[in-house]
Amino acid sequence: MSVTTLSSTGLAHRQPSWLVRLFDYKPFLIVMCLAPAIGLLSVFLTYPLGLGIWLAFTDTTIGRRGIFVGIENFQYLLTDPLWWNAVFYSVVYTGIATFGKFALGFWLALLLNNHFPFKSILRAIILLPWIVPTVLSALAFWWIYDPQFSIISYLLVDVLHWRSSNIDFLGSPWPARFSLIAANIWRGIPFVAISLLAGLQTISPSLYEAAMLDGASAWQRFRYITFPMMMPILAIVMTFSIIFTFTDFQLVYAITRGGPVNSTHLLATLAFQRGIAGGELGEGAAIAVSMIPFLVFATLFSYFGLARRKWQQGEAND
Amino acid sequence: MTDTIAQPTADAKAAPDTMAWDSGLRRLMMIYLPLGCFVLILLFPFYWMTITSFKPNAELMNYRDHNPFWISSPTLAHIKHLLFNTAYPRWLWTTMTVAIGSTTLSLIASTLAAYAIERLRFRGSPYVGLGIYLAYLVPPSILFIPLATVVVQFGLFDSPLALILVYPTFLVPFCTWLLIGYFKSIPYELEECALVDGATRLQILRRITLPLAVPGLISAGIFSFTLSWNEFIYALAFIQSGANKTVPVAILTELVTGDVYQWGALMAGSLLGSLPVAIFYSLFVDYYVSSLTGAVKE
Repeated sequence: MSVTTLSSTGLAHRQPSWLVRLFDYKPFLIVMCLAPAIGLLSVFLTYPLGLGIWLAFTDTTIGRRGIFVGIENFQYLLTDPLWWNAVFYSVVYTGIATFGKFALGFWLALLLNNHFPFKSILRAIILLPWIVPTVLSALAFWWIYDPQFSIISYLLVDVLHWRSSNIDFLGSPWPARFSLIAANIWRGIPFVAISLLAGLQTISPSLYEAAMLDGASAWQRFRYITFPMMMPILAIVMTFSIIFTFTDFQLVYAITRGGPVNSTHLLATLAFQRGIAGGELGEGAAIAVSMIPFLVFATLFSYFGLARRKWQQGEAND
Repeated sequence: MTDTIAQPTADAKAAPDTMAWDSGLRRLMMIYLPLGCFVLILLFPFYWMTITSFKPNAELMNYRDHNPFWISSPTLAHIKHLLFNTAYPRWLWTTMTVAIGSTTLSLIASTLAAYAIERLRFRGSPYVGLGIYLAYLVPPSILFIPLATVVVQFGLFDSPLALILVYPTFLVPFCTWLLIGYFKSIPYELEECALVDGATRLQILRRITLPLAVPGLISAGIFSFTLSWNEFIYALAFIQSGANKTVPVAILTELVTGDVYQWGALMAGSLLGSLPVAIFYSLFVDYYVSSLTGAVKE
């Protein structure tokens, strides 16, 4: 009896403030907790996204409010060879770089999945290209691709004598395109490898033991166990990779700025050149908006294409 | 079968040796050699960056007399030029302020959001979580043009404050996602016990959930710091005056001048700009790897 009175006085003591009670009222607390995140995201993400789509249908320039011009911007883009060029290179860039990143990254993940000394240090070192600011490593690549003092040219010409002249990495369209793709693959490998390594480590060794008892070869073990088991994680990592490769900006802007003769413009760099540097906000926004269909398509394709097995079999096998 | 029986015993003894040697060589060729190539290629640009920033200009432009892979007379001239003749210290300071400010802001916002979504459980909380997750899939390249007009409307153009407010758009989704995962791993019973003992929700968050989620908070924090340190496109679009630029933008726009590139200074700038994140990274490697892999697995 004495205990209950004591605790009730204790409660009365602890609950006088209406503020404390308000903060313990669940709906209020939920609103308060979500407010900062939702507020930030709606002001600086949802609103600009909508505004961007609106801008794409206006002829806004820097310093002048535009008027609604319908699909004029998009009609103009369809006749603009530079836009088609950027679309073409964005698709090529994304396609080749994603393929390279995943082929090499998967290979690296499989290598790292073996047992050897200093594994954790090696894993830490491998992530470095992904940690360091992209623009700064892009500058290193710019220097490596220098027409006169490229270290790759030096190796091929003066050390190995495989070529007689320096490689002109960034001076003509196709070499420049592939140089950028190589730099993008270099930067993307660590992320893919470490993510896939995490997936590899969740595969139960008993599956491999069972397969080995049944006489499966190394290739069969990879094809029928590793690969299907990795599908869900592969789908997620690939979706991310495609989205962020297709909308890449930094690497191209840092190394070539779209040149030579606008051959390496991605849609993002073209949008920047027209929208911010050129001041044609409406047109830049239209270029940025024209990325959205590609992104939606790529996301749906990679997600449902790769995760197909999973939803065909139902959700039980997670 | 009959063959093996017929073999003399000496051969049988030699067999394991050759097999061990064979698998050792095989292991070398199949694992260590490719792994070595990967490490070499992944690290070479950093080696090249480092070595360039300590080379005197004469050596930099002369491969005939000097081995380009080594420095014969290292110099600190490039770094000295950077620190005393340019606004580099100022850029570093701006970058640091922006990174710390936006990290703090997004950590607070995402901790509260993750707690509300995962622990306060209300109708529609999975949808709020999904919405925040989808926000992560909106790339900055689509947003920077309209965001530039928003920033101008708010009168924040050319101010680092704009970056502090805008960076959370890509930090909050990631951190919330990460922290939901961490909160999930904390047993719900602990909170129930505290509720039974009469603790308020905020007390539970402060005294029980947050202390248990410290590893998650550290992961989210260092990740946000790195991401905001590395951010480029917003900083390029929203900042105009040389003094307010962040390191990645400033190196590209202020140090690249004219037709003759000062590679020594450029590489020294890149090196110095990479060092803070690299040091930060080396201190918290395990958190990085766990947050990266944890986020992907979620």
